[in-house]
Amino acid sequence: MKLLNCPINGLRPLSEFAYGGEVREPPLETSDAQWVDYLFNRNGAPGIKREWWYHVPSGTWFIAERDTGSDQVIKTYLWGEV
Amino acid sequence: MPLNLLKFALSKRHPEPPFFRQPDYLNPSYEVVIIGGGGHGLATAYYLAKDHGITNVAVLERGYLGGGNTGRNTTIIRSNYLTPEGVAFYDAGVKLWENLSQELDLNLFYSTRGHFTLAHTESAMRTMRWRAEINKKMGVESEVVGPETVKAAIPQIDLSCGGRAPILGALYHKPGSIARHDAVAWGYGRAANRMGVHIFQSTEVTGLEIRQGRIHGVHTRRGMIRTSKVLSAVAGFTPRITQMAGFRTPIVVHPLQACVTEPLKPWLNTIVVSGSLHVYVSQSSRGELVMGASLDPYEVHSTRSTFDFVEGLASHILDLFPFLAGIKVVRQWAGMADMTPDFAPIMGLTPVKGLYLDAGWGTWGFKATPIAGKTMAATIANDKPHALIHAFRLERFRDFELTGEKGAAAVGH
Repeated sequence: MKLLNCPINGLRPLSEFAYGGEVREPPLETSDAQWVDYLFNRNGAPGIKREWWYHVPSGTWFIAERDTGSDQVIKTYLWGEV
Repeated sequence: MPLNLLKFALSKRHPEPPFFRQPDYLNPSYEVVIIGGGGHGLATAYYLAKDHGITNVAVLERGYLGGGNTGRNTTIIRSNYLTPEGVAFYDAGVKLWENLSQELDLNLFYSTRGHFTLAHTESAMRTMRWRAEINKKMGVESEVVGPETVKAAIPQIDLSCGGRAPILGALYHKPGSIARHDAVAWGYGRAANRMGVHIFQSTEVTGLEIRQGRIHGVHTRRGMIRTSKVLSAVAGFTPRITQMAGFRTPIVVHPLQACVTEPLKPWLNTIVVSGSLHVYVSQSSRGELVMGASLDPYEVHSTRSTFDFVEGLASHILDLFPFLAGIKVVRQWAGMADMTPDFAPIMGLTPVKGLYLDAGWGTWGFKATPIAGKTMAATIANDKPHALIHAFRLERFRDFELTGEKGAAAVGH
């Protein structure tokens, strides 16, 4: 079974986690075109991405840096720590 | 029966000649270049030649023909969708399928089975009713049936699902069918090749030549091709192509896994789908149970398969059919599903002039192979989107005109 390192609870089975999508910043001042881009478009190509993950039993949201091509997690940390 | 099959049976000359011959070299230029030698790309090449007389076409495939999602799906063909746009499109597809073995002169094992989508909750029953009424209005055979009809068609089913999720009824779609998926790619490829289309396997595209917003060529591992029209029909590789082209789309890639059991004597004559239990199952002409489930829950660009998937799927299949407990799973695999937010494809023109997109086929692409090929060929030949695919254009997101197909496209999303 694949394991993921929760910054609070350590290595736990992947089945305890939920995926929250890539970390993205909403545009503060924006045109319609930029807003549509933020709303719908995604960085779909494979690569190392910063993603939100959630440890369900403990209610912990954190960041994972993961290669979406190889599915290897490079590191995990709480928001604002790195 | 395809005439070719009869001739083959009576002939002393075996085996058949190769399905197509790959030229040694790429031509320096083609009228149309199709990236992706799966069902959709090869069908587009076939209809470009047959319907529009455009035969100076190259199909480029990074692996082997039909080795991507064409050969990785669970081969279900149906048109009982939720939106009028979706129903019209997929139903035109079913009509092409019905005569396809004859047209391609190849036995596609096209087998009309009837398709049950089980409902285990009142809200699922409401969605079934909604789909049935839209389908009937569009002239598609589709009706809501009670549990007794399900039991009569599939005597082995446990209507109570182990007491956990009793079956309240189902949406029954009589034209629901299955087909032999790799034969579809081979059939279209052979027919296109006979009309002069060049097919290149092991030929990966490494870049696009774009100047002043217009496509001028394609860079491949075997050299460069000049062309003014390029179709990208690459399913899970679409984000890599659109990244080369320099525009963004809503597509994200998740693996979709499937598996087959050892062959059994024929017992399951219909296709059974349960959205609540996240499973779909049919019995192939070889006797194997072909089974699939919902998407993997996070983005991965890989065709790796997992034990968690078989374990979860098996537990749900046993809720429906407890007598399968001793049956072995013999193969499992995954495909890279290019998912869109509204569970409808993205087809047509792109911000780059001369570059066309046939993508966003997620978990629902195999059944659309003939109609996607036909409508994309018309779109490329006329440089204008075919009327049937207007609702699937990339600009629908900008226009806030999404095609909400989530309730009918797949299971468990």
